[in-house]
Amino acid sequence: MATNGLHPLEALLRERIVVLDGAMGTMIQRYKLSEQDYRGKRFADWKGKDLKGSLELLNLTRPQVVEEIHVAYLDAGADIIETNTFSGTTIGLHDFLFQGEPKRGRKDQEFFQRVVDDVDLRTLVHEINFEAAKIARQAADRVGNETGQQRFVGGSMGPLPVAGSISPDVNDPAFRAVSFDQLRQTYFDEAKALLEGGVDLLIVETIFDTLNGKAALFAIPDALEKTGRSVPLMISGTVIDKSGRNLSGQTVEALLISIAHAQPLVVGLNCSLGPVEMEPFIEELARISPYYMSAYPNAGLPDALSPTGFPETAETFAPKVAKWAENGWLNVVGGCCGTTPDHIRALAKLVSQFSPRVVETTISCT
Amino acid sequence: MILRLSGLEPLNITPEFGFAVIGERTNITGSPKFSKLILAGDFEGALAVARQQVQGGANLLDVNMDEGMIDSEAAMIHFLDLIGSEPEIARIPIVIDSSKWSVIEAGLKCVQGKAMVNSISLKNGEEEFVRQARLIRRYGAATIVMAFDEQGQADNRQRKIDICSRAYDVLTKHADFPANDIIFDPNILTIATGLEEHRNYAVDFLEATRWIKKNLPGARVSGGVSNISFSFRGNNTVREAMHAAFLFHAIRAGLDMGIVNAGQLAVYEEIEPDLRERVEDVLLNRRDDATERLIDFAENVKAKGKTPVADAAWRKEPVEERLKHALVKGIVDHIDADTEEARQKCKRPLEVIEGPLMAGMSVVGDLFGAGKMFLPQVVKSARVMKKAVAYLMPFMEAEKSAGAKPQGRIVMATVKGDVHDIGKNIVGVVLQCNNYDVVDLGVMVPAAKILETAREKKADAIGLSGLITPSLDEMVHVAQEMEREGFRLPLLIGGATTSRAHTAVKIAPHYRASTVHVLDASRAVGVVNSLLNEELKSAFDNKTREDYERLRQEYAAKTREKKLLTLDKARANRIQIDWSSYVLPKPEFLGVRVCVPMLGDLVPFIDWSPFFHAWELRGRYPAIFDDPKIGKQARELFDDAQALLDRIVAKNLLIARGVHAFWPANSVGDDVDVYADELRPEKVATFYFLRQQMQKSSGQSNYCLADFISPESAIRNPQLADYLGGFAVSVHGADELAEEFKREHDDYSAIMTKALADRLAEAFAEYLHKQTRIAWGFGRTEQLSYADLIREKYRGIRPAAGYPACPDHAEKRTLFDLLNAEKNAGVKLTESFAMHPGASVSGLYFSHPDAKYFGVGQIGQDQIVDYANRRGEPVAAVEKRLAPNLDYGI
Repeated sequence: MATNGLHPLEALLRERIVVLDGAMGTMIQRYKLSEQDYRGKRFADWKGKDLKGSLELLNLTRPQVVEEIHVAYLDAGADIIETNTFSGTTIGLHDFLFQGEPKRGRKDQEFFQRVVDDVDLRTLVHEINFEAAKIARQAADRVGNETGQQRFVGGSMGPLPVAGSISPDVNDPAFRAVSFDQLRQTYFDEAKALLEGGVDLLIVETIFDTLNGKAALFAIPDALEKTGRSVPLMISGTVIDKSGRNLSGQTVEALLISIAHAQPLVVGLNCSLGPVEMEPFIEELARISPYYMSAYPNAGLPDALSPTGFPETAETFAPKVAKWAENGWLNVVGGCCGTTPDHIRALAKLVSQFSPRVVETTISCT
Repeated sequence: MILRLSGLEPLNITPEFGFAVIGERTNITGSPKFSKLILAGDFEGALAVARQQVQGGANLLDVNMDEGMIDSEAAMIHFLDLIGSEPEIARIPIVIDSSKWSVIEAGLKCVQGKAMVNSISLKNGEEEFVRQARLIRRYGAATIVMAFDEQGQADNRQRKIDICSRAYDVLTKHADFPANDIIFDPNILTIATGLEEHRNYAVDFLEATRWIKKNLPGARVSGGVSNISFSFRGNNTVREAMHAAFLFHAIRAGLDMGIVNAGQLAVYEEIEPDLRERVEDVLLNRRDDATERLIDFAENVKAKGKTPVADAAWRKEPVEERLKHALVKGIVDHIDADTEEARQKCKRPLEVIEGPLMAGMSVVGDLFGAGKMFLPQVVKSARVMKKAVAYLMPFMEAEKSAGAKPQGRIVMATVKGDVHDIGKNIVGVVLQCNNYDVVDLGVMVPAAKILETAREKKADAIGLSGLITPSLDEMVHVAQEMEREGFRLPLLIGGATTSRAHTAVKIAPHYRASTVHVLDASRAVGVVNSLLNEELKSAFDNKTREDYERLRQEYAAKTREKKLLTLDKARANRIQIDWSSYVLPKPEFLGVRVCVPMLGDLVPFIDWSPFFHAWELRGRYPAIFDDPKIGKQARELFDDAQALLDRIVAKNLLIARGVHAFWPANSVGDDVDVYADELRPEKVATFYFLRQQMQKSSGQSNYCLADFISPESAIRNPQLADYLGGFAVSVHGADELAEEFKREHDDYSAIMTKALADRLAEAFAEYLHKQTRIAWGFGRTEQLSYADLIREKYRGIRPAAGYPACPDHAEKRTLFDLLNAEKNAGVKLTESFAMHPGASVSGLYFSHPDAKYFGVGQIGQDQIVDYANRRGEPVAAVEKRLAPNLDYGI
């Protein structure tokens, strides 16, 4: 593919709508892995808390499962697969892998300072991200070679269980469990390991607190510098309800303004809401954003009563998302929680007939 | 060329933005009050200062904690974290203000939005300047750059220009800093100090500003405005005049934003001419003795005391006059103190009411009656009266006095099935002002409750109100019940759809005692006075009865004359739409879509004329402001409305929720069938419409809404398979907010709240109609001015059930079920099809260019029978709902 000096991903974005993969977490849950499966040989004698549910640990203990899911998405037509590292940070994994306890009754900045500084945890998290990148890299390259079509690996940097601009204690509105510098450090470790593992781009996603996102965006240039690499950036916020705001209260446009300094290649929305509820915000972002635009909603809001746990099947999900593409709003489509390779296959097929959103690169936020 | 900033919400400073206000009161170095609060550790109080700046209209909030006595970094973090938990404040971008870099950096780590730094400069050389700029960029902020370099502060024009120009080059070329994120502060320095070298400071600033805006593309200019007037500390009159005049000139020179006390900006035009001239002489360095002349003036103002002269005059009057003045002008500021003073002068608290307060209210009543005061002012007067009475209540109760004996007691209610109460509330307030005791039962009140209360409270009259047409029948029912239970109290009828004729023809015949229509609030007192006064009563009643008898005869004569077409003939004269050549627009989605707009998005869609009508000011917006008689009052009312609206929008005090939908549809005779999806296998509902039956002149058609929908089915002719749209929108929270105001005895704001909620709901309908036209495709190219939009000069219509084109309210039930409006928009339908909350609008969308609004008017028994059969309902039920449209008696 001739890229005219552009990053190959940007060249592809100009040519057609790019397909991102679907959910990792809800796919892993289908394997119904046991505590022993999560531990594998390496952590068989682990003395700490139970590890079942620590999805990122599977990069080390069940890499075949992770690879199988990647390949299923690649076969379904995904151009970009995301590493299994959504919560792969020291803070994101501390509930499973950190042995310390809060000293002052609640998890506060003293506690999280120990988390982000813990040498064992940092080493383990580095390995998890590095291996996750490797697994995805190999799968993408293999399928890419077989099909003659380049596939990309996106390093997933998801949200954290704590927020920089929200107090977890209603009686103490100025309390912050975690500081900006701690957020920065935890994201730096993840970004650096992903870059070393060979990802093609970094995806800061499901931003529910913009300050967390900004800390990740602050850390990424440091990680790039440290690894001597240069990769494009994709940023995806999440709107938590029909008010069109994220959890920390920002509107979609305010979020866009707040992250513009990171000069992303792609900006979009993902997770939390299904395609129906998300639509007005996708439309709004497509109207105001000067960047390539992504959307990867959940398969609807979780619904314990439906067979898959989510209401939207591949047949109902794909046309709803494809309609946004038909409207000319999108450059990248995919799925979040509850979506499967079937969803992505149906989606890839439908969007292939539509042109990508035209990005007027002359409009820049700066 | 846009400076984009954000708090929880975006702030896009475009070249057309105008002057952006940076609230300055949260600056510990500039605000003694804020400083005191922070030093005392009272961060709650400090937050209140921030909130006040936001409410005062600040677009950005400057936060400065530079104080030697405290840990500035910790205070900055603590305060910004607190602000982060206050959405009302965090809405706007923060300006992180410190002379210490470490405090700035600590602040940058606390804000999720795109903030602005205040400030960095070349003071410590280029290397440090670039380092700080790069970090600011990585934290995602814009920055103010002070005109300061290694040699110090720039004080003259050339130095300001040289330093800003150099800083601009360094930032854009060596720090990758976007020009749009640079805001220069070329130093507003204090003038009128008496020192020769300070004389030209303001002029230097203005000229440097002009130069920067012309020569440094993208960069903006800001400044700390209050510096200019430091030499007049303690003299606010002069200082405020200096600020206003300086801003006037600086904004014209290109000043984009300024650090000012939001909410306390004087207006240039309103500065006293003599003072303005002296101030401008100083600012613009126009004469050698300018400073001396301004100082002379300042001494004078000081000698007279700080309070402006105009305000003080009435405060010097005796307390009776002050109370009267306060009542007539609607000023609540001193009412408690004045009432207390009057109470001490009187023997009993009741005498204050019967004496000075009633005297004041009777002046209000006279002025109102003479058309010299207008309703909004009267309601403001009532607020003052209520406050005074509320103040006296504890004293009167302590005295075990029975209280002022009211002239009479009136039980008022909006009848069952209806939720509209703006008019009723106004009447209630006006009656109370005139010393009537009003028992307001609220909305949706059943007949039994009204009668029971009237009996229990020994009422002297009953007032019924309603807006929607079914309320007219409910009023008839209440009259019948009053008759049946042997009531003899006067019955007052009011509300927008009521009329003298309707009262005469439909209501009065059912009740033998006085039954009187009250046109508007200004008539209410006259009517009630006449009805309750033993001497006036019988003359008034006789006159009314005579008038009403005449109206009944006229009505009977008119109905005999009017001949309707038969339904068959009316159908034959339908509008002929040539469907074969029609290109039918296809909506971009089918089914239901929820819409939850921000209130601010609805404001441009508000049609203000009906707002004035709600306050009984007749005229069209904006021409109403030029009306010689009511223009001034309209303007005041409008300003009050804007102030409340701004608050409502800023604090999201009301919530707009709505839903709209498109359904595949085709007409079948006078009905429209709608389907769930494109293939149209299954009909999901039918809308039944009525057709005009009046005689039409040639070339005129007998309209029916169904005529505007293509009769073609998808199977027969997919190209002409049509669509029908529908919507329901609502503005929630008005009742609760009005209730809060009422608790504070502020009926004016309570009524205002409801009037605004109604306007917002209508604006929402207009807004959503626009979205609908866009979804239909033909709206995409539409370019309408505000006036055109309000005049509905667009393609298609949105008739509502219960309005002339579709008088049957029952159609709302069908629409609401299809929209799932209760779930999707939170709107409920009462049993008589009124929407709740009251600020709700629903209707259908028709896209055909020939679709137009019309009135069905009188219809014949043949159509009623046909219509009842189509709907599968008993004829009697339909006749009851459509009673106002029947051309025959039932």
